[in-house]
Amino acid sequence: MADNRAFYNEILLDHNMHPGHKHELPDADMEMRGYNPTCGDDITLRLKVADGIVVDGAFTGSGCAISQASADMMLDLVIGKPKEEALRLSDIFLRMIKGSASEEEIDELEEAGALQDVSHMPARVKCAVLGWHTLEQLLEDEE
Amino acid sequence: MVNEDLLAIDYKKDFPLLRELDVAYLDNSATSQRPQCVVDAESEFYLKHNANPLRGLYQLAMEATDGYENARIAVQKFINAKSEEEIIFTRNTSESLNLVAYSYGLSNLQAGDEIVTTIMEHHSNMLPWRMVAAKTGAVVKYIECAQDGSISEAALEEAITSKTKIVAMAQVGNVLGRLNPVEKAIELAHKVGAVAVIDGAQSVPHMPVDVQASDADFLAFSGHKMFGPMGIGVLYGKKKLLKKMPPFLYGGEMINWVSRETQEYAPLPHKFEAGTVNAAGAVGLHAAIDYIQSVGFEVIEAREAALTKIAFEGMQKIEGVHIIGSDKWEEHKGIITFTIEGVHPHDIAAIFDADGVNIRAGNHCAQPLLDHLGTGATARMSLAFYNTVADVERFLASLSTMRERMGYGR
Ligand SMILES: Cc1ncc(COP(=O)(O)O)c(C=O)c1O
Repeated sequence: MADNRAFYNEILLDHNMHPGHKHELPDADMEMRGYNPTCGDDITLRLKVADGIVVDGAFTGSGCAISQASADMMLDLVIGKPKEEALRLSDIFLRMIKGSASEEEIDELEEAGALQDVSHMPARVKCAVLGWHTLEQLLEDEE
Repeated sequence: MVNEDLLAIDYKKDFPLLRELDVAYLDNSATSQRPQCVVDAESEFYLKHNANPLRGLYQLAMEATDGYENARIAVQKFINAKSEEEIIFTRNTSESLNLVAYSYGLSNLQAGDEIVTTIMEHHSNMLPWRMVAAKTGAVVKYIECAQDGSISEAALEEAITSKTKIVAMAQVGNVLGRLNPVEKAIELAHKVGAVAVIDGAQSVPHMPVDVQASDADFLAFSGHKMFGPMGIGVLYGKKKLLKKMPPFLYGGEMINWVSRETQEYAPLPHKFEAGTVNAAGAVGLHAAIDYIQSVGFEVIEAREAALTKIAFEGMQKIEGVHIIGSDKWEEHKGIITFTIEGVHPHDIAAIFDADGVNIRAGNHCAQPLLDHLGTGATARMSLAFYNTVADVERFLASLSTMRERMGYGR
């Protein structure tokens, strides 16, 4: 039997099956819904920001493995970081998906770098960027 | 012929793409593959007979016209229409349905009238009617199907009333693959003086369709789902209706004469074919019809049924797989829509792709149906007669590993 494509690797499967950040966040101070009509991926991202730092974050909703794992990896990466840093990393992620981030930059994304092969799958790009776009909108709206 | 002999025949040899690509192509409801003879007919038109049909006064242009008009006659015979004037070439099913909506719908409906359709229609047989309703004040009424996809006679009788002006229904739905009671719907429509519009996109490629026997007023279908080229479709309409309908598109080739102030439209069917037509596409469709007839609907239906049975029974044995619609394979005309517990349909399609199996995932342009059934996005496999037992086995093998590969039960 042929192998899974690289993007269905263990890291992705694990974040999809056991997302650490998929839960409610009662003390969140901002939230935004992200919706991808082509797949029906539908998430709500919630953040708690204090003194310009993302102190906590979580998401709820449903969708394909790529959308769910990507949102979970994103929160792993940005919780505890200043807003500007979160936005910088988000920019790297979005460029990675377009195929224009350097190797060094992709390293900064830690596990989220596992999604780089999605850049070869135009139909799945929207799934991968859903959480990140929602994050950008939330943080930029706040400014 | 018994099924095993039937299934042993290699039809893929007629289809260059299927011959050369190692895939199980199971997305035939979206579009079929095309046999060599169709590709050849279309290219031969451009290589040997190309001129603007219906206009030129020289030999080549007459050849182009003949090619185009002979295709119309082939379509007429294929669906047993009374006259070739009843066959209008369009781009696809969607355009055919829009033609009826804009031309017949807008000029015959008014506030208080009702358009009866079903919840399982493709968006192409739903949105044009909503447009008519929005512009005329008519109302669109949806007949709901049961969870097994069936539409009862009682539901038809209740929905079709003296207010009904149009009944629009797919003969075979593109999600559930079930044969709908169109004959009954047509009969009831005529009783109340309404017209019946049948979406034949998923039926015409797979079974004999006879417009005189069914007495449909309009029938729409697409060339590309019946082994013909993309960009050519058909609208059949009864002559007495088409004659009274205003043109849909205006321009060249749909007029007899034009003066500064007035004009006389061309007779049927050209009144509805404004501008330069897709003659090469029509010629390709003609070849596709010839090809279908050389295979024969008996063989097509028997093979598709045999493959549906193997796929269906195989799927029922796989844990976590849920088939949408009827639980009898006989009630799925080559189309099986399903979900897998815990695996999103887009992930299903991606894993199938890695295994060389092409299926569709999403809402299949029938979102209201999926909402009605409460399923959300789904995956769909759809067969054509050229598929093989090996294709279905490849599909089942991949399907049976899917949950494990997504991390379940490790
Ligand atoms: C039942 C049905 N109606 C209409 C259509 C629209 O066909 P086309 O895209 O060729 O216009 C389809 C195609 O998916 C269909 O399955």
